[in-house]
Amino acid sequence: MTTKLFGEPVRRREDARLIVGQGRYLDDIGSGAYAAAFVRSPYAHARVVDIDVSGALEVEGLLAVYTYEDLTGPMAEPLPVLIPHPQLTHARTGYTLVRDVAHHVGEAVVMVVAVDRYVAEDAAALIEVTWEELPVVVGVDAAEAAVHAVHPDVPDNVAARHHQERGDVEAALAASAHTLSFTQYFERSASMPMEGKGVHARWDADDSALRVHSSTQASTSVRAAIAAKLELSLEKVEVIAPDVGGGFGVKIMHPWPEELLVPMAAIKLGHEVKWVEDRREHFISSAHERQQRQEVAVGYDDDGRITALDVLVWHDNGAYTNYGIIVPINTATQLCGPYDIPVYRARVNSVYTNTVLVTPYRGAGRPQGTFVMERTMDRIAQERGLDRLEVRRRNLIQNDQFPYDWGMTFQDGRPLVYDSGNYPGLVDKLEALVDWPGLEDRRAEAATRGKLLGAGMAMYVEGTGPGPYEGAHVEVLGSGKVLVSTGLTSQGQGHETVFAQLAASELGVPIEDVEVTTGDTRRFGYAVGTFASRAAVVSGNAVALAAKGVREKALRIAAELLEADPGDLEIDEGLVQVKGTPGASIPLRTVAVLSNPLRYAFDEAARQATQFAGPGDDSKPPIAVGDSPGLEYTDYYSPLRSTFAAGAHAAVVEIDPATWEIDVVQYAVVHDCGNVVNPMIVEGQVQGGVAQGVGGALYERMAYDRDGQLQNASFMDFLMPYASEVPDVDIDHQETPSPLNPLGIKGAGEAGVIPGSAAIASAIEDAVGRRIAAMPISPTELYDLMRSDGEQVPRLPSATGVPA
Amino acid sequence: MSTSTARGTSTERTVRVTVNGVPQQVTVPVRRLLSDALRHDMGLTGTHSGCEHGVCGSCTVLVDGAAVRSCLVLAVQVDGAAVTTVEGLSRSDHQGGQVLHPIQEAFRECHALQCGYCTPGFLTTIAAGLDARDPAVPITEDEVDELVGGNLCRCTGYANIKKACRHAAEQMRQAAS
Repeated sequence: MTTKLFGEPVRRREDARLIVGQGRYLDDIGSGAYAAAFVRSPYAHARVVDIDVSGALEVEGLLAVYTYEDLTGPMAEPLPVLIPHPQLTHARTGYTLVRDVAHHVGEAVVMVVAVDRYVAEDAAALIEVTWEELPVVVGVDAAEAAVHAVHPDVPDNVAARHHQERGDVEAALAASAHTLSFTQYFERSASMPMEGKGVHARWDADDSALRVHSSTQASTSVRAAIAAKLELSLEKVEVIAPDVGGGFGVKIMHPWPEELLVPMAAIKLGHEVKWVEDRREHFISSAHERQQRQEVAVGYDDDGRITALDVLVWHDNGAYTNYGIIVPINTATQLCGPYDIPVYRARVNSVYTNTVLVTPYRGAGRPQGTFVMERTMDRIAQERGLDRLEVRRRNLIQNDQFPYDWGMTFQDGRPLVYDSGNYPGLVDKLEALVDWPGLEDRRAEAATRGKLLGAGMAMYVEGTGPGPYEGAHVEVLGSGKVLVSTGLTSQGQGHETVFAQLAASELGVPIEDVEVTTGDTRRFGYAVGTFASRAAVVSGNAVALAAKGVREKALRIAAELLEADPGDLEIDEGLVQVKGTPGASIPLRTVAVLSNPLRYAFDEAARQATQFAGPGDDSKPPIAVGDSPGLEYTDYYSPLRSTFAAGAHAAVVEIDPATWEIDVVQYAVVHDCGNVVNPMIVEGQVQGGVAQGVGGALYERMAYDRDGQLQNASFMDFLMPYASEVPDVDIDHQETPSPLNPLGIKGAGEAGVIPGSAAIASAIEDAVGRRIAAMPISPTELYDLMRSDGEQVPRLPSATGVPA
Repeated sequence: MSTSTARGTSTERTVRVTVNGVPQQVTVPVRRLLSDALRHDMGLTGTHSGCEHGVCGSCTVLVDGAAVRSCLVLAVQVDGAAVTTVEGLSRSDHQGGQVLHPIQEAFRECHALQCGYCTPGFLTTIAAGLDARDPAVPITEDEVDELVGGNLCRCTGYANIKKACRHAAEQMRQAAS
């Protein structure tokens, strides 16, 4: 019997090449390519007065210099608004090269192409741009004040006013026995993959065809964008995502200017051109996320049950809204998490600032929403004198309330309906995992060592696996090899392994025979992309459906050959056999050969499929009407709507009252992503997410100064956690299958990061007895808080994230 | 390819260096980083650039056995040295097959990599550390922290990298006993 693969910790297939240095990342491709480098705006808001390229022209090895003036047709138009939404009333996007005004530091103004990157940088450094500085807007407070406008035709700096409502919140608040209101801040961080972005383009003049490699999460859509912008027919453009060194959201944004400019240069120069982003470029020109100011009003009864919740969020969307208002929608629709909030209103004002644009970073608005909800729960617990677990238990959606319809619209444009869940189960498991009742003993023990110990927790619900669809193609070759292709891309999540598990399970072949290709438009042209924890849900189900189609065809062909009923056949270890009749079998690879009637025998296997190989049924054509040659099948999975994963995290911190250093000594996760295809990979996703959650809570922030200069645009100053900063994570699982998809799975990619700041803020508050209302928090900020008289952190360290 | 420019960066030097046991001779501009020389002049693309300012450790290679950030070293500085990259951590067996270093095996076994971009830097660093210690002595948590503590990974949260360290040390201990 074929080894069971679904649910097993199958070791990753991609690792074999990656551990010996044989991965193929963007900069590993095209060793003979010309190199592009960019002159970027040194100002956050400034008008281009003059560009003098004459200095660069003396550089030997320079090949081309491009400015906005060199762009024609669609390339000279603004970049697309990728996700139009009726509430995005004032969408603004930049140009591939600055036309006349730069709106953030780092915006590309001039592209230089030279024989190698060193020379390209030499030339770029000799280009003189004369600027006229304009007033700068940094931070949500300055954007709201609107003393200055980022875009002159949007004087209030508001790109969108997003609104979600359930019931009459003002009446419900007025009728509530108790109310609370407060304001919180959440700072910017960024995806910060270890590999930045990069683009390589090769123009084949003989075929008039373009092949582009990009370190992207959305190769099919990059392809469509390149074709549209460069006025090429779609079939003349191929886009391939090679091995990608992490994404976490920043590479779902597209087309980045470089994804259009590098192909343009390759066509114009008739030569391969490559651009590989350096770390500083990544900091100042690739997307960030997370800054919000959150104004919360909540009503609740004597038992701590919430009766109404009203949230007004000021969301910093940076200089442009290429990716629309997905992040604000996620905050607004995911904020309530696992709780039964009868009356709810969320208003999110998405505002422009002179900073790098904001697009989803793992979690994508959910960490901020969770911060609102969970900090609200903690406040209610304190006000009512309740245990923090107890107040949550009283507010949870109960198991008999599914499907739970919020009456709102989710980020995929579909109804916000929780499909399934067991939220009380999460709390029970977390309580045991972290030994919540034993915390007072631990606090006392820590005190003997001079440490302040505190614990916090946070829960979340995450909409995963949104549509519109993904597809897959599965084909069995005459060699027995099984090819699986999906257009969705991979950035380290282990898709090659998980999709191979699904195909091998469905088809009854050894996993070693399966070869998976993702993100290559040459192999599969219809796809949406990797985001919103959707790969396993949407592509996973598509792979299973396509493999099922191949299986059915194989059984039909084999049934004729074995003179059996297809229902009596099974496929095991690559052999199609009559159940219970040893010997009555045919290898799947032979079925593949015979599925394609041949005239020409190019090898021994093919001979079996030729016209004179054996007696055929002369009354039928070799390929039946409606049938097709080959043992292959393409299918798609298009979800009705998103499926909702959930979890509960707890953090235990120890704080040194001499230095106010915050040490996360325990981190516990209970996670429910439905049926698990590969628990090893899911745990890896959770652990990685937790590390990003800890980073976002304690270390990472984008420190813009008042002039819009990013003060910490390097790994020396932007503090990403090393191993020494990341706690061990205790993980427990709960599996509540999704009723929405055939495999019963929910997404797992983002879960680990979502409740990090909320849980750690709660733990710090518990340890020090002072309100934490802004995250991240550094030891210095905690020290300042403890010295102050104020009960809360009233604001960010400054409006800009750095001390004034 | 000529890289001479008007800015006076045309000076080139020929560097003799043994890379993964193979003597190499490469002529490079004096300003060329070792990371770029390995990747682009010698075709050893397993060494990755993550920050190019010496913080992330993705580009770590061994120079005469010591872990070095190849983005902070000029190619001309390794003249006469022996460099080991991730491609050189494994060795050939007698049948011409590939025998991985225990830490490479352990990374796969323990799911210590996701996107794999930082992996070569971890592998070279940890391999050097494990090779330098007495394999008969069980590894301590402090040693593990020391081996993994200097490199950045954005995917894994490090738990499985630490696990791989312990696993590899144990494999080496068993092999040595």
